[in-house]
Amino acid sequence: MPQSQQSKRSIGWLGLHRGHKARPLEWVTEKFIFLVSLSVIVTVFLIFVFVLREALPIFLGTANSSAVRPVIPPDQLDELSPERLASYLGLSKKEVAETDRETLQLLMELKVEAAAEAPDDKDAKVNTTGWRYILFPYQWTGYDKARFIWQPISQIPKYNIIPLLVGSLKVTLVSLLFAVPLALGAAVYVSQLAPPKWKEVIKPAIELLSGIPSVVLGFFALVVMASFLQWLFGYESRLNAFVAGAALGLAIIPVVFSIAEDALTSVPQSYIQAALALGSTRWQAAWKIVLPAALPGVFAAVVLGFGRAVGETMIVLMASGNASIMSWDVFDSTRTITATIAAELAEAVFGGHHYGILFMIGTLLFVVTFVSNLAGGFVMQHLKGRLEGKK
Amino acid sequence: MTKRFQRHKFDYVSFFCTGLTGAATFLILAILAVILCNVVFHGWSSFSWRFLTGGTERDMFSVENAGILPMIVGTAVRVILMTIFVVPIGVITAIYLTEYAHSTSFFTRIIRGAVNNLAGVPSIVFGLFGLGFFISFVGQNIDAALHISEPLWGKPALIWASLTLAVMTLPVVIIATEESLKAIPSGLREASLALGATKLETILKIVLPQALPGILTGTILAVGRAAGEVAPILFTGAAYYMAHLPKSLTDQFMDMGYHVFILSTQSPNIEQTRPILYATVLALLLLTFALNIVAVLVRTRMRANMRALQ
Amino acid sequence: MKKIFTQFNLALAALAVATAAHAGNITVKGSDTLVILAQKWAEVYARKNPETKIQVTGGGSGIGFAALQNRTTDLANASRKIRVKEIESCVKAFGKRPTEYKVALDGLSVYVNDANPVQNLSLEQLEGIFTGRIKNWNQIGGNDAPITIYSRENSSGTYEFFKEHVLKGRDFAATAQTLQGTAQVIQNVAKEKNGIGYGGGAYGSGVKHLKIKKDANSPAVEPTEESVVNGTYPIWRYLFIYVNPALDKDEVASYLTWIRSDDGQNVVKDVGYYPLPANLRK
Repeated sequence: MPQSQQSKRSIGWLGLHRGHKARPLEWVTEKFIFLVSLSVIVTVFLIFVFVLREALPIFLGTANSSAVRPVIPPDQLDELSPERLASYLGLSKKEVAETDRETLQLLMELKVEAAAEAPDDKDAKVNTTGWRYILFPYQWTGYDKARFIWQPISQIPKYNIIPLLVGSLKVTLVSLLFAVPLALGAAVYVSQLAPPKWKEVIKPAIELLSGIPSVVLGFFALVVMASFLQWLFGYESRLNAFVAGAALGLAIIPVVFSIAEDALTSVPQSYIQAALALGSTRWQAAWKIVLPAALPGVFAAVVLGFGRAVGETMIVLMASGNASIMSWDVFDSTRTITATIAAELAEAVFGGHHYGILFMIGTLLFVVTFVSNLAGGFVMQHLKGRLEGKK
Repeated sequence: MTKRFQRHKFDYVSFFCTGLTGAATFLILAILAVILCNVVFHGWSSFSWRFLTGGTERDMFSVENAGILPMIVGTAVRVILMTIFVVPIGVITAIYLTEYAHSTSFFTRIIRGAVNNLAGVPSIVFGLFGLGFFISFVGQNIDAALHISEPLWGKPALIWASLTLAVMTLPVVIIATEESLKAIPSGLREASLALGATKLETILKIVLPQALPGILTGTILAVGRAAGEVAPILFTGAAYYMAHLPKSLTDQFMDMGYHVFILSTQSPNIEQTRPILYATVLALLLLTFALNIVAVLVRTRMRANMRALQ
Repeated sequence: MKKIFTQFNLALAALAVATAAHAGNITVKGSDTLVILAQKWAEVYARKNPETKIQVTGGGSGIGFAALQNRTTDLANASRKIRVKEIESCVKAFGKRPTEYKVALDGLSVYVNDANPVQNLSLEQLEGIFTGRIKNWNQIGGNDAPITIYSRENSSGTYEFFKEHVLKGRDFAATAQTLQGTAQVIQNVAKEKNGIGYGGGAYGSGVKHLKIKKDANSPAVEPTEESVVNGTYPIWRYLFIYVNPALDKDEVASYLTWIRSDDGQNVVKDVGYYPLPANLRK
């Protein structure tokens, strides 16, 4: 059979192969399999889209949370055009058309009541969801100077997210400080220095740590570690970034350990044997030969540990004190992005400003972990390529 | 072996550093041991058969009467529902990735990238997704389509929590299944094709049955991971208290991990309910450890069998 | 293939079960202050009326109101009065103002560690402490030590009530540690000798309830049933349940009636809050 005809028959569309007889049912099934596997991509895409969708008003600056708005007396209901009424009441034109007159009247009366309730405050006119207030310090009424304040439940809601970002960063850095030396040390020990038989016991044992749910680690931090560490170090706040970071470190040790250990063991044995033959000790071989060779994998382990730590919720929710203090002191209580979302989301009205802000920081979180995972995955692939090339 | 090649001068640095890294390893194991001992020590006294099978009809905060059956049932039901959704999709995706896809094709790379990224998404973002997509979009549209006036599907429910968890554990199932599919020697497939089977027949009749242990491992790992997760179910369906077991897909449910959270932070008398808290933690740990150990055992046996095959 | 078929059938069956008549399901969400009470009510009521299924979730009054507006709950427990903005959202959601039911009385307690020498404080001093103006115990007659403030999450009605009535609308100090429930507040105050916190009166042991003075010249009053019911304790409040008027019938209405009857109010006392005076029941 001529070559071109043969290739046309055996390589189908999009790499889907057919047997020597193409049966319609099989073809449909194979297409179905392909579609289902697309679902993974679709899911990641959907997550991004639907989380972003709720945050869009904040990103685009179309939300307005100022407490003071011009009030139209209810008896002027009939004189207003539908568009004016819709924008005044915060409804869509369709909703205005669907609502009966009595309800519209009630809504206008409520607007008058709300205006009466509005605070007597110079900041009442401020649109607190504007980017200037979300990112930069501002001197609100009752404060002595410009500060970063996160107090979403208030007459004048304050949505500055900087204390939350600082909080997340603080806790993550503390956890990396705990976890990376311990996990890397253990990885080096288990893969290079310990008797090989021990590896089969130690490795599963450390992976047992990853089987502990994060709510249990949070409980342990709250009930046992907080008191113990306060007794040890004698600081003031019982629940703070340090305690949360320590517990978080425990949570990411298995992640960093297993990836680093994999990277260290995939360094070709020939390197190590050559070093040993030349008279080095195991430690010298590990430190000077294996670790540098596995550096990309170790780096990827740390990056993935970072991603995991930034996204962890239950531990920080229970052990960090949840005070939105803007400080770099690790012994201060702190409020992280994840704990804020977990604690405040149930309380936000669907579609409201608070809701949008929480989804906005959720999007931020998603992007950060996405990027860090991408970086980690990239480095790992690079490492695989390099080692496979060398082999 | 190192001893025979030891130099005359004792290498202090090596000794010290080996000791240091060894200490790091044992410190990790020691902390793990402390956590386990602490939980077992405090939780064992309230842990009993009555505790596991008692309900919440009588005071769920009193040490003598508390029972966690509704929590166990809630956790079990949501995990089983999740499995129904995640296993078919995960296995099919893994089949596509190993059997059909070109390893360098554009789609394959994107799918693999998506799997890896899904694995790294924070659990609270899954909670947001569950709220923003399943409840607000799918649920409310179902309500609108079925012309239901009071939200039935558009509020936190068992089904949405299960679907959220299914999305979260999809990468686990995919990666485990892929691993087992790759381990099957291509000789088997080639023999089958040579004997006249089509590719699909080969997969369904030869490859999949061989990969069953791997799929099982993946499922058990996914179940173990999902049983302990609390963040995704916080606003997609967990309830503080229910006097009855969840009866329909739109009911809320109680949950072991959520109960640990509640008892740690919102119980009426923290000192008094501490034994219940420890016992619940013990139950949860036993569950997740049992699942993990079973998964590891299945995986080890599978690897031994594969080696035997080769 | 068979597997997929059976799974499909299972799914269909489940769907059928799910959309079956939803008789007797009451969802209750909201205040943490009320959550133990709500749970006890659900428990006692379920014993008498086993066909009614009640599911309770806490988290804070804000959660109850949001759920009311999102129509994901039947009853919203609240430890503060509803705001006009929330009424507005409710009207947009279901066309009517939500019906308000008073269901119990509560004296908001201010807790300090047992070892703290301070016995009573005035409302003004409380405001100074919790806004961060007064930073040291020795400014109010205690030891020379910085004050550690424990507060509640902002979804809590207790948080908002305290902010509105004691702090007069000012913000809490940024250093205030926000905890998930009153029980956590008490636990932390019990462990921290320089701590101060507030919460619903039903919780806790190991801490001291402070006597509160309305102003510097008034007598200091302790929260007891008498002082709360007759209003001499300065920080007292009603506990509410809000409901969509359209849902206030059948099971929901009978549940609400039971709660406000003598039977339901006896439960209130067991939990540690104060029952409604007779003229407010029914």
